[in-house]
Order: sequence, then structure tokens, then C-alpha cells
Amino acid sequence: MEKNVLQSIAGIGIYPAISFLIFFLFFLGLLVYVVRANRQHLAAMSELPLLADEDPQTQLTHNVLC
Amino acid sequence: MQAEQIPPGGATRNTLETSHLAPAVDTFFYDNKIVRDFGIATVFWGIAGMLVGLLAAIELAQPDANLHTSFTTFGRIRPLHTNAVIFAFVGNGIFMGVYYSLQRLCKTPMYSKALSRLHFWGWQTVILSALISLPLGFTTSKEYAELEWPIDILITVIWVVFGWNMFGTIARRRERHLYVGIWFYIATLLTVAVLHLVNSAEVPVSWLKSYSAYAGVQDALVQWWYGHNAVAFFLTTPYLGLMYYFLPKAAGRPVYSYRLSIIHFWSLIFIYIWAGPHHLLYTALPDWAQSLGVAFSVMLIAPSWGGMINGLLTLRGAWDKVRVEPVLKFMVVAITAYGMATFEGPMLSLKNVNAIAHFTDWIVAHVHVGALGWNGFLTFAMLYWLWPRLYRTELYSKKLANTHFWLGTIGILFYALPLYWAGFTQGLMWKQFNAEGMLQYPNFLETVLQIVPMYYMRALGGALYLGGVFLMMYNLIKTAQAGTLLAEERATASALLPAAEDPHADAGHWHRWLERRPFQLAFWATVAIAIGGAVEMVPTFLVKSNVPTIASVKPYTPLELQGRDLYIREGCSNCHTQMVRPFRSETERYGEYSKAGEFVYDRPFLWGSKRTGPDLHRLGGKYPHSWHYNHMLDPTTMSPGSIMPPYPWLFDSKLDNSTLSQKIAVLRKLGTPYPRGYEQQALADAQRQADGIVRDLQKEDIEVKSDKEIVALIAYLQRLGTDIKVKPEQVAGAAQ
Repeated sequence: MEKNVLQSIAGIGIYPAISFLIFFLFFLGLLVYVVRANRQHLAAMSELPLLADEDPQTQLTHNVLC
Repeated sequence: MQAEQIPPGGATRNTLETSHLAPAVDTFFYDNKIVRDFGIATVFWGIAGMLVGLLAAIELAQPDANLHTSFTTFGRIRPLHTNAVIFAFVGNGIFMGVYYSLQRLCKTPMYSKALSRLHFWGWQTVILSALISLPLGFTTSKEYAELEWPIDILITVIWVVFGWNMFGTIARRRERHLYVGIWFYIATLLTVAVLHLVNSAEVPVSWLKSYSAYAGVQDALVQWWYGHNAVAFFLTTPYLGLMYYFLPKAAGRPVYSYRLSIIHFWSLIFIYIWAGPHHLLYTALPDWAQSLGVAFSVMLIAPSWGGMINGLLTLRGAWDKVRVEPVLKFMVVAITAYGMATFEGPMLSLKNVNAIAHFTDWIVAHVHVGALGWNGFLTFAMLYWLWPRLYRTELYSKKLANTHFWLGTIGILFYALPLYWAGFTQGLMWKQFNAEGMLQYPNFLETVLQIVPMYYMRALGGALYLGGVFLMMYNLIKTAQAGTLLAEERATASALLPAAEDPHADAGHWHRWLERRPFQLAFWATVAIAIGGAVEMVPTFLVKSNVPTIASVKPYTPLELQGRDLYIREGCSNCHTQMVRPFRSETERYGEYSKAGEFVYDRPFLWGSKRTGPDLHRLGGKYPHSWHYNHMLDPTTMSPGSIMPPYPWLFDSKLDNSTLSQKIAVLRKLGTPYPRGYEQQALADAQRQADGIVRDLQKEDIEVKSDKEIVALIAYLQRLGTDIKVKPEQVAGAAQ
């Protein structure tokens, strides 16, 4: 019963269709970017958390991993 | 020769006078105290929330464990447990990790210490408000959004404070590109804001009572769009952001694939928002929306497993460290649990699996693999990693941390495995027919008693897990005692050159452009979640005007309304559903399946998500008033062996009618067709109906005063699901 009610909303099918199109095109663009992305840039980005963020003056030697 | 300038943020800047283009080097201080404070709150509320969870678990096997007070009865403490572990334990864990990593990834202190403190104390106030209001029975009954409207407003204000502080910090950063972890933080901030605002729309009746702005099916859709995405954007995306920071730190190597992390981010936030309807399969939700929810849930495996694989492969070549380092052990199990939960989620959303699993303990096991494994273990890893650094010392005892790891891991297994067993057993028992075509187990209680041993085992699992957390607390306290808190950590970084002067700030690709612009990134991330949200929500908002009004479905009488609010106060929907699904096994057991049009006056909807007890939608008229009276006084008299607790306070307390007229006025404003001026008549009508119930009870030798709460509750229970049974001629007669 309820599903028939919602199916009767005019053009309801257009919502998923439009969103799928946006979704598909965006991910296509994203994939193209990711494949073609500059290796050095990606490497530099992935290093960001590992850059020394502790000042040597206050740093103690850690036995734990860093 | 150096000249000193004061740049924003109060840092000291040294620039070389001779070089025009050389970047200035700033010295500044990271705020570690706020990280420590959020860390303490994480541990404190974690233990509190898990203790409440343990109590709730024991009550399921031993109802007497409720201490015989209303405040500690399952229906009231179950939401306390979920709110405490989600918003207090994980919430503080998120803020701890974000405040530590954001400063360092942006190479700047937090934007404002005052905002940081306001955020911290404001959030603890929200938690304290929940701790007081939920056991007192002030609840909206919408899962993970139970807090009443004044607390909702406070949450909104504090969330804005967090966002302001976060974007202020990002705006002052000394690193041009935003690391992928920060994208996850941004998506979290914005999506949680949208979810909270939309789902919490409610109209106040009094200071601690409100009615949902949505009714019935619409309310259910909004709630599960929220509920599902609260898991996505409070328990998942922020923790993925934290994983992308703390895992490389702990492993000492960068994330396996930064490419994969970019795809992980966009696909996760885009797809997750669509999957909400899988919580409403076989309900009155339209079929196409259910299918959409299932399709996107299955698609979610890809980004989720992409993230998991990215996490685990980050440890390639570092597995020797995993053997000796508890921080990494916790992380490996956390990421594995994430992978398991995100594989199981899509499987559970397949309709044939869902038909068995939904409403059973299987779902409880599923969420706890995520909560205990993914959120819990990643939080513990962060705490063990952070504490020695914040206190400039070594961890007090690695051995204790290892013991914690094993206690926690075994605890998860003891928790989850019995509940999988229980869920599967009960789900199948509900559906079992005998050779004559009758239900094999027509008495619901039979299916409950079968799984009570599993409830004991899960409580044991929870206790083991909690025991580990106590060990961690001791370990962290000893670590803190051995060291000194470095409240302000000195750091240096080059100032950010204006883009025009920076040779590295190339125009680049559109996505690199986006990575440098937090506000634009935030905007597009919001668009990504808004598309999925809109596709689900637009039909949702059309539902109201499109659900055919079933002529016989009428608004609740004033007494039934009061009884319904008692049902909400006592948290009955935590154990009882009001949604008979269109299966023969359910229509045989409960009666006619539930129709969308029956819920048009339900604010909030009370479909529930778990059947610890039977469905109640067709309860009305099934038993005499006296059955309900005796059952609420002591359930075991009517159902020997029942694990439902007694509700003696309903027999002592007088029904509070002081806000009744206001309730009628608010509901009429929201669209319930009470006649104008009916609020003046409501009290008299309630009294008349109560007198009738009291007279009926007298006939069965039960003496009760008409002003007691139990009378209102009986009125409501007897109304449940009866409207569609009213014959057309009766409706026509009533209309005249």
C-alpha cells in the first residue's frame, strides 16, 4: 500500500537517477585525478603526520615508538 | 640579524632581514593541557558508561539487578549507556585526538584557548545533563537523540564553539595543504551539525518535554537517517581521521597509499549518508527507498575495506613492532574490527539476512564489534601513545597494557559470540513453523528463556573488557605521576608565504586546489552528504501529504496520550517494537501487519529497534485491563520466567496532568486534529476514561485510584493498534 503511494509521486525516479549521475561523474573525475596525481605531492602529503612536531629543547628520548 | 614580529596567535617570529623571500620561522606553543583534559574525560566517562552498560547487561539476565528503583531500570539506563559511550567516551576521545593532531598538522596552536576550555566544559555539562535527565525519565525516545530540547540547544552551541575553534585553527595554519585526516574532521563537524539539527526538530511542551516535529513514518525515516549517520559521522569518520594521523605516528611510517585515502574519504562520506533506510527494511517505508538503502549499504564495503586495507598495509614491514608494542596491537585489532563490522553491516542490510537478524541480539553484537573493537581499541591506543608524550616520560607498564589488550580482546569475543548465537537462535525460533503450519514457539517467552544463558556470557564479556579499562586507568595514572605534564609544547615552523610568493603553491589540479582551501573543501563535502540526504529526505517530507488517512485512525484520547508519554518515560521502546512486519510468522504471532497510515498521530514514532520482549503494536484488546495491571506490578505472575522488571512506581505515583492542556495545544499546532478549545475539556475526558478503567478493574476485584499512572498506561496499551479494527459504520457514527 505505502509503496504505491510513494511511487505515485510524479517523477520520483528522477532523484536516484540524477544522484547516480552526479555520483558517477564525480568519482570518474576523482579516479582520473588520483591516477594522474603527482607522486611527489602525494608522498609529501603522506609525510605530514611524521614531520617532527616536537621541539628538540623539550623533547626527551622515548623508548616508546615515534 | 633577526627582527622580531608578532604574528597572529601570539607566536614569536624571526625573519632574516637580508632575504626577501625566505620564509619567517615562528616559535609557538601547542596546548597539551586541553588534550590531557579531554583524555581524562574519555577515561572517566568510558568507565562510567561501560559500568552502566554492564548493569544493563546483568539486568537482562537478572531483572532484580535494577535495584528496584525506576532510575536504574533497563528502559531508562539503556539510553544512558548508549549516550555515555557514544557522546561521552567516544566524543571526548574524538576531541582529545583532534586537539592533539590538528595543532600539529596545521603547525599552529588552537585558534583560541578560551574556546577550547568552553568546548571542554560545555561538553562535560551536556554529559552531566544526560546523566541526570535520562534516569529521571526525561527522554524523546529517539535512539541516540534521547536528550530533551534544552540539552539539544546546548549541544548545538557547543558544537558551534568546536567548529569555530577548528576552522579558526585551520585558517591560521602554517601548512598549505590539509592532510586527509583533517578532511575527515571537517566532514564530521558539518555532517553531525546537519544531522543533529534536522533530527532534533521538536516543539516544547514544558522545560523537559517536547513532541517531535515529525510524525509516524516521516519521524522514523528522519530518525534512522540520523541514527545510521550518527554511527557514520560520529563513530566512523572522526576515528578514520584519527587513524590516518595516529597510525603513521605509532608505526613510524606514512600511510600505505595516500591515493587510496583520497578515494576513501570522498566515497565514504558520499555513500554512507544513503544507507539509513536499511534500518527500516520490511517496515512501512516505501520499497524503492529500502532498495536504495540496501544498494548503497553494499557499495559501502568498497570504501570501508579500502580504508581498512590502507590501515593494515601501513604496517607492512612494521609487524615486528606490532609484536612488542601494545599501541600497535590495539590499532591492529581496532582496524580489523572496523573491517569486520563494515563487512557485516552490508550483509545485515540484505533483506533475506535482515529478516532473521533484525530486532534480535545479532544487531547488538554487530554494533559492539564496532564500538568495543574499533572505537574502544583505537581510543586505548591513542591514550597509551599520548600519555607518555604529554607527561614526558615512559609508559608506567607495558606489561599491564598488554594484559589490558588481552582482557579487552577476550572480552569482545565473550561479548559478541554469545550474542550472535542468541540472535540467530531467536530469529529462527520466531520464524519456525511446525508440520501443522502453526508457530513452533507461539509463546514469545520461550524464545527469550532459550537465550538467557547467552546474556550471562555477554555480561561476563563486558566485565572482562571493563576490567581492562580499569587496568588502563591505573597505568595512565601511574604514568602521569612519574612524569610532569608539558602543558605548553614549544614548536617551530616556517610561516606560510602568501600564495603568490610560494613556489610550491602551484595552481595545480582542481583537487589540489581543494586541498588548500578548507572552506571550499567543507562546502563540497557538505554538498556530497546533502545529495544523499536530499534524495532520502525529499520523499520523506512528501510522505505526510501522501499517506492515505485511514478513516478509522483517530488521535489519542488525553488519557491515552498521557499513557503514551509514560511509555516513553519508562523507555518501553528499548525492548518492545511497535512494527509488525509483513511476514506470516509475524502476522500469526501478533496479528495484522503495521500500516503507514496507522502512525500519523505518533509523535514521536515508537517502532523500536529491538525485541527483548514481544511486539506490542496489536496489543490493544488482547488482554483484559486486569492482565496489564498484574503484569506491570509483577510480570512473572502473568508470564512465569519473564525477564521484564516490575514497575511498582506506576501504582504509587499520581498522574501529572499539569501540562495536559499544553500537550493538546502543541499537538494541534503540529497538525493533530483536536478541536479548537479541546484543551479545556481534555482533563475531564481523561478523568472519565480513567473512571471507566477503574470500574472495569473493580469488577475483577482490583482496587485502584483513577489518578494513578498505571491507569493511563493501561488506557494507552489497550488502544495500541486497535484503530484499524474499528468497523466502518462505527467510524461513520462517531463522525456524526
